[in-house]
Amino acid sequence: MAIARRKFDAVIVGAGGAGMRAALQLSEAGLKVAVLSKVFPTRSHTVAAQGGIAAALGNVTEDNWHWHMYDTVKGSDYLGDQDAIEFMCRQANEVVYELEHFGMPFDRLENGKIYQRPFGGQSQNFGGAQATRSCAAADRTGHAMLHTLYQRNVRANTQFFVEWMGLDLIRDEQGDVLGVTALEMETGEVMVLQAKATLFATGGAGRIFHASTNAFINTGDGLGMAARAGIPLEDMEFWQFHPTGVYGVGVLISEAVRGEGGYLLNKDGERFMQRYAPHAKDLASRDVVSRALTTEIKEGRGCGKDADHLLLKLDHLGADVINMRLPGIREIAIKFARVDPINEPIPVAPTAHYMMGGIPSNFHGQVVAPYKTGPEEVVQGFYAVGECACVSVHGANRLGTNSLLDILVFGRAAGNQIIEDLKKNPHHKPLPADATDKVLARLARLDAQKDGENVAQVGTDLRKTMQAHCGVFRFADMLKQGVTKIGEVAERVAHTEIRDKSRVFNTARVEALELDNLVEVALATMVSAEARNESRGAHARDDFPQRDDDKWLKHTLYFSEGRRLDYKPVRLKPLTVESFPPKPRIY
Amino acid sequence: MRFSIYRYDPDKDDKPYMQDYDIELEPSDRMLLDALIRIKSIDDSLSLRRSCREGVCGSDAMNINGRNGLACITPVAGLKEPVELRPLPGLPVIRDLIVDMTQFFKQYHSIKPYLINNDPPPETERLQSPEEKAELDGAYECILCACCTTACPSFWWNPDKFVGPAGLLQAYRFLADSRDQASAERLDNLEDPYRLFRCHSIMNCVDACPKGLNPTSAIGKIKDMMVKRTV
Ligand SMILES: Cc1cc2nc3c(=O)[nH]c(=O)nc-3n(C[C@H](O)[C@H](O)[C@H](O)COP(=O)(O)OP(=O)(O)OC[C@H]3O[C@@H](n4cnc5c(N)ncnc54)[C@H](O)[C@@H]3O)c2cc1C
Ligand code: SF4
Ligand code: SF4
Ligand code: FES
Repeated sequence: MAIARRKFDAVIVGAGGAGMRAALQLSEAGLKVAVLSKVFPTRSHTVAAQGGIAAALGNVTEDNWHWHMYDTVKGSDYLGDQDAIEFMCRQANEVVYELEHFGMPFDRLENGKIYQRPFGGQSQNFGGAQATRSCAAADRTGHAMLHTLYQRNVRANTQFFVEWMGLDLIRDEQGDVLGVTALEMETGEVMVLQAKATLFATGGAGRIFHASTNAFINTGDGLGMAARAGIPLEDMEFWQFHPTGVYGVGVLISEAVRGEGGYLLNKDGERFMQRYAPHAKDLASRDVVSRALTTEIKEGRGCGKDADHLLLKLDHLGADVINMRLPGIREIAIKFARVDPINEPIPVAPTAHYMMGGIPSNFHGQVVAPYKTGPEEVVQGFYAVGECACVSVHGANRLGTNSLLDILVFGRAAGNQIIEDLKKNPHHKPLPADATDKVLARLARLDAQKDGENVAQVGTDLRKTMQAHCGVFRFADMLKQGVTKIGEVAERVAHTEIRDKSRVFNTARVEALELDNLVEVALATMVSAEARNESRGAHARDDFPQRDDDKWLKHTLYFSEGRRLDYKPVRLKPLTVESFPPKPRIY
Repeated sequence: MRFSIYRYDPDKDDKPYMQDYDIELEPSDRMLLDALIRIKSIDDSLSLRRSCREGVCGSDAMNINGRNGLACITPVAGLKEPVELRPLPGLPVIRDLIVDMTQFFKQYHSIKPYLINNDPPPETERLQSPEEKAELDGAYECILCACCTTACPSFWWNPDKFVGPAGLLQAYRFLADSRDQASAERLDNLEDPYRLFRCHSIMNCVDACPKGLNPTSAIGKIKDMMVKRTV
C-alpha cells in the first residue's frame, strides 16, 4: 500500500498547553510546522486544570524563585533534577507575564495585578511560612490558559491537524527520529509526516487507572510510541494520587479549595490532617495528604455506609468566596456529588491524577536516552515536553500548579531549541525503506482479527488491575502478582478485535490503538514499581517504608523490549546555585 | 433503559436511520455519556466524540430529546424514554453523532479571537482592575461546544454569513477586555446586515448553553456599542 507523505520542518504531536506553547514559538519564527491532535485543540485536557499556575510573582506575599526551587526539590522528594528545576523556577515569572500579555484572563487583585492563592507545598524562606504562589483564573485556570494559547496560535497562523492521531515514530538506523505516521480519523487515511524535528506533547496517561481525574483521551500515546521505538520510559512508578477526587466518580476537586481555606474531615468530624502534617495541615504535599486519607479509611474512620471516603468542608468560606473563586468546583459538586458545597461538605477519595514519569528529556526539551554512549545522550530530531515528558522537575511527587508552569517553560524552551537545531540541520534525512512496515502490520492485524476480545473489556481489566495492585500504598506480593497480571493483559491486548471496520471516524479503531499505548504505560509502571524497594514521594511501599538515598537516589529507566530496567543518576547540581542535599521531608 | 439513536455511516449506509437500544444501566451510570459508553461497549460502531467527561472540553454536544446539551453532564435519570439522540442540528453529519464543525470554527476565527494590543508589553503584567476583569466573566468561560449556535435559526439559514451566538460572545469577550485596542476594527468587522444583525433575540442560544452563559445579552451589548459609536 502506497502511503501519502508530507514534509514539515517540525511536527508536534499534541495540542495541549505544552504543544501549543511550543507551536507558537515555531510559527512565530516562520517555520513550517504541523500540530496534530486527537481532539480540537481547546478540548485537550489542559482545559480541565483548575487551581492555578505557580510563579513567585510576590503579588500577595513576598516570594522569589529560589524559594520556589527549594519547595519543588523538597516536594519531589529529592528525585527531581535540580538543573531543570532551577531553569523552570527562574523562568516562571517571565512565562506567566507573557501569558498575561497574550490575553490570559487572570483574576486580579485590587491593585490590578494577577491574583494569587496559596497551594500545597508552597513556602517562604526555604520551608517557613505558607507562600501564596498560584496565579489563577478562578478555578478554571487551565481553560483560560488553553484557550489563550489557542487564540495566540490562530493569530500566528499555526497549522493544526485536528482529529489526527499519531500512531508510531519513525527512526532510522542511526536511531534518529524522522517523523511520525498518523491516522486521519475522519477519512481513515494513514499518512507519513516527515519532519526535521518531532516533538511529543501528548499529555498524561491517567486512564491506566480505574479511578482517575484524567480525560478519556489521556492514554499515554506518546509514551507508547516512544516505547515501541526503543526509547526508555523514566520513573514510571511515580503516579500522583490527588487526595480529592469526587467519591465514586473521580472528577477533580481542586486543591484550590484547601488553598482558599477548606479542610478535610473524617467520620468523627475530626480535622485529621493536623495529626499527619502538624505544620502545613491540609496544605501538605499531595502524596502526604493522599496517604493520610487512605490511612483514615483503612483504620475505619472513613465516612458513608462503606466507610470509604472523607469529607471536604468549605461551607464556612461563604457563598461569596465560593461563587467568585470556586464557581467551577461548585458546579462539579452539584452535578457529580449532588451536594451544594455552600451548604454541605463534598465526599472525596484519592484518585489517580498525574504521571511524574515519562519520556526522558533534558531542560531544552530534547529526548535523552542511553542508546549509544550514555543516559544523557540526545536522540537526534526528537523532543518531548509536558506531562508525557520526564525532565525531571517533579521527581517523585509533583507540587500542585507546577505542571501548568512546566508545560509553558519547557514548551517554549523546546521551541527555541528546535529553531536552533534546524539552523544546524536544515535538511530532511531520507526515510528508511521500512518506515511504515510495523505500523501497517499493527493496523492490518487489528482489521483482520477474528474471535478476538472486546477492547472495552480488556481495557477495564487493565484499569482494575492497576488500581488494585499499584495504588496509593504498595505491597510486595501485590506488585509481584500485578506484574504477572499486567503481562496477561498485554497478551490479550495483542488479540483484541473490533467489529466496526468503517473507514469513516472509526472510534472503535482509535480506542483499540489507544489500548496498545495504555498497556505499555501500565507495564512500565508496574515493573518499575515492583523493583523500587523504598518509599519516596508518591511511591509508598508497605515493606520498605523509608526513603533509601544510598540505594535509590536514582531515576528508573524502563525498556519495553524485554521489559528491562536500568537506572541513571539524579542531577543534583543546579545551574548556578548550591545544591539542596536530601533531607527528611516534614510538612 | 431505551434509547433511540441517529445512525449514519457514509461508508455503508445510503441514508440515516434511527436505531433502538435497550440496555441495563448500572448504578454508576449516572450521566448520559456513561450510558452511551455502555452501549458502545456492546456495539462498538456507535460513534461520538467525548473527552473530559466533566463538561469543560465541549466535545460531546448533541441533541438530546430535542434539546442541545452535553451528554457528560446530563443525568440519565431525568430523561424521557425512549431517549432520542441526534447530532447537533444545522451542521453536516460526518457519522452518527459526529458533526462537521468547520463552519462553526470558521465563524469563531472570523472575529479575530485573540487579544490585539500593539503597545510593547511592560516588564510585568498589564494591570487590570477586578471590575474590568469582571467584564470578561460570562464570556471567557465558553467551551466552544456549539450547543448555542446550532440551536439558532438565524445560523441554520445563514451559516456562512451570520457569526452565530458562540462567535459573537467571543467577539464581545475581546471588545470588553480593557487590554484590547482593536474595538473599532472589531465593530467594523461586524458592521454588515448578516454578521451581527441577523440575531433576532430569539434566545434559543441562552436556553441551549450548558455552561449557563448568555450570548444574547452579549450580542445586545455589541449592538449598543455599534449605536454609541454612530452618535
Ligand atoms: C483535572 C485536572 C486538574 C489539574 N489542575 C492543575 C492545576 O491547577 N495546575 C497545574 O499546574 N496542573 C494541573 N493539572 C495537571 C496539568 O493540567 C496537566 O499536567 C497539563 O495540562 C498537561 O498538559 P499537556 O500539554 O502536557 O497535555 P494535554 O493538555 O493533556 O494535551 C495532550 C495533547 O496531546 C494530544 N494527543 C495525545 N495523544 C495523541 C496522539 N496519539 N496523536 C495526536 N495527538 C495526541 C491530545 O489531543 C492533546 O491535544 C491538572 C490535571 C487534571 C487532570
Ligand atoms: S438570540 Fe440571536 S443568536 Fe441567540 S438563538 Fe436567537 S437569533 Fe440566534
Ligand atoms: S456559549 Fe455556551 S453553548 Fe455556546 S459554544 Fe459557548 S459554552 Fe457552548
Ligand atoms: S466530554 Fe468534555 S464536555 Fe462532555
